[in-house]
Amino acid sequence: MSLSLLPHGMALRQARLRLTAKPLNTLLSALVVAIALTLPALGYVLIDNLASLANGMSGKPEISVFLKKEVAAEQIQVIENRLRADKRITAIRFIGRDAALKQLAARGGFADVTGALSDNPLPDAFILEPGGEDPKVFEAIRAGLLAMPEVLHVQLDSAWVERLHAAVELGRWVALLLAGLLGAALMIVTFNTIRLQILTQRHEITVSLLLGATRSFVRRPFLYFGFLQGLLGGVLAWGMVQGLVWLIAPRVQALAQAYSIVVDLRGPGVGQILALLAFASVLGWLGAGLSVHRHLHDGAVD
Amino acid sequence: MIRFERVSKRYAGGHDALADVSFEIRHGELLVLAGHSGAGKSTLIKLIAGLEKPTAGKVWVSGQDVGTLRPNQLPYLRRSLGLVMQEHRLLNDRSVFDNVMLPLLVTGYPPRDAAKRVRVALEKVGMGEFEKSMPLTLSGGEQHRVAIARAIVNRPSVLIADEPTAHLDPAYAREIAALFRSFHAAGVTILLATHDETLFSPYGARRIELAKGRLQA
Repeated sequence: MSLSLLPHGMALRQARLRLTAKPLNTLLSALVVAIALTLPALGYVLIDNLASLANGMSGKPEISVFLKKEVAAEQIQVIENRLRADKRITAIRFIGRDAALKQLAARGGFADVTGALSDNPLPDAFILEPGGEDPKVFEAIRAGLLAMPEVLHVQLDSAWVERLHAAVELGRWVALLLAGLLGAALMIVTFNTIRLQILTQRHEITVSLLLGATRSFVRRPFLYFGFLQGLLGGVLAWGMVQGLVWLIAPRVQALAQAYSIVVDLRGPGVGQILALLAFASVLGWLGAGLSVHRHLHDGAVD
Repeated sequence: MIRFERVSKRYAGGHDALADVSFEIRHGELLVLAGHSGAGKSTLIKLIAGLEKPTAGKVWVSGQDVGTLRPNQLPYLRRSLGLVMQEHRLLNDRSVFDNVMLPLLVTGYPPRDAAKRVRVALEKVGMGEFEKSMPLTLSGGEQHRVAIARAIVNRPSVLIADEPTAHLDPAYAREIAALFRSFHAAGVTILLATHDETLFSPYGARRIELAKGRLQA
C-alpha cells in the first residue's frame, strides 16, 4: 500500500474493528437500515415487473368497429373497401356475427349461455389496426367511423394499456418518493450511531487531537463506519427483497393464471442491486459525515 | 524557540489566568516554570499547544504566532511539541505499546519503522519490558513514564511537561527528573511546569515563577 493511502487503509480497518467489536449492535443497526430500504426496493422491483408486463402488451391500439344489425352484406363489403383505402389503417380483420358467437361459445363457461340464446345478439365487427402511435390520429379515425350511419359503436382498445402505463409510472414515482423518505431515516440511524460512538470515544479523540491528529484523521474512521454500515444494510435489504420476491412469486403466478397471463416474477437486476448498494452506502457515509460535522465541533479538545 | 509577548488570558467567567506574561525559551534550554497550583502554569502550556487562545499578546512557537493559526494548522504545531499533560491521558483500552504508537499513527508514520521507534522510546524511559501491559496494571510512576515515552516518540524539538512528578513518591519523582535531565543533555529544549522545583535545582535549570497569573521578578 502506498504511503498516501495508508491512513485510509488504517481508517477502514478501524471502522471494521468497531463494527465487529459489537456484532449485535451492528446487526441491529444494519437491520434497521435494511428494513428501511427493503420497502421501496421491493416496490420498485414489483413495479418494474409490472412495467415489463405492460410493455409486453401491444401498446398499439386496436379499434373495434361494431356495425348495426340491419346492415346488409353488400354494405359491409362497401365499408371494408372504404377502410382498406384509408392510408391510416394498416390492418383490417372482419369478424362476422356468427363467427363471433362461435368464438364466444368456444371459450370456457359461455357454452351454456350461447346455447340458451334463441337469437344471436352479437353484431358484425371490424378490428382495425391503425398505423403510427399518435393518439390524435386514433381519435380522428374513431370520429370518422362514428360518423358513418352503419356504425353502432367504436371502441379504442388501447385505453387500458395506456392507463396501465400511467399507473406503472405513478407506482415508480411513489417508490422513489418512498426511497427518499426512508433514505432520510437511514441517514438519521447512522447519524445517531455515530453520535454515540463519538461520545464513547471522546477520550481517544481528545488525546489524538492533542498528539497532532488532523480533524480528517479523526473523522475518517467514522465515515468509513457509516459507509460500511450502509453497505451492510444494503446487502441485507437485497437479501430481503430477493426472499420476498421468492415468497410472493407463486402467489402472483396463481393470480396471473386466473387471468391467463404468464408472469415470471423476476428479482432485482444487477443494475438495481448496484444502485441499491450505492444508495445505502452513500447515505451511510453522508449520515456519518453530518454527525461528525455536528458533534466533533463540540470541543473534543478541552 | 518559544516566546511570550505580554500575554494575558482571561477565561469566559472573568477569571484572569495569565496577566501580561513575557518570557522566552531558547533552543536547547531547560526551563523550570514554578508556581503553586492555580498560578496559571497549565494555562500557559495550553496556550503553547494552541488548546487555548490568548486574550491579549502573542505566543510564538518556532516563529509561528499560535493565536492566529487556523484550526487545520494546529495539528502540525502539536506534532512539533512533545506534550506530557498533568493527567497523563493514556488510553486504558490499549497496551503500552499501542499508546506510545499513537503519535506515529496519527502522523501516518510508516508502520515498520514506527514499531522500532516505539521500542526505543520505551527503552529510554525504562519501560521496555512493559510494552504488552495495559496502563491500568501499572503504578502511577510507570504510567508517567509511558506518557513521557509517548511524548518523545516523535522526537520533538521541544518537550513540555505539566507536573510530571505530581502524585509520585520522592524516589519515583527523582527518577523522572533525571529522565528529563538526560533528554536535555541530548539537546532537547524542555519546559517543565512544576510546584516541586527543588527536584530540578541540582541541574542548574533556569527558573521562572508564576503567582496569580503574573511572572515574579
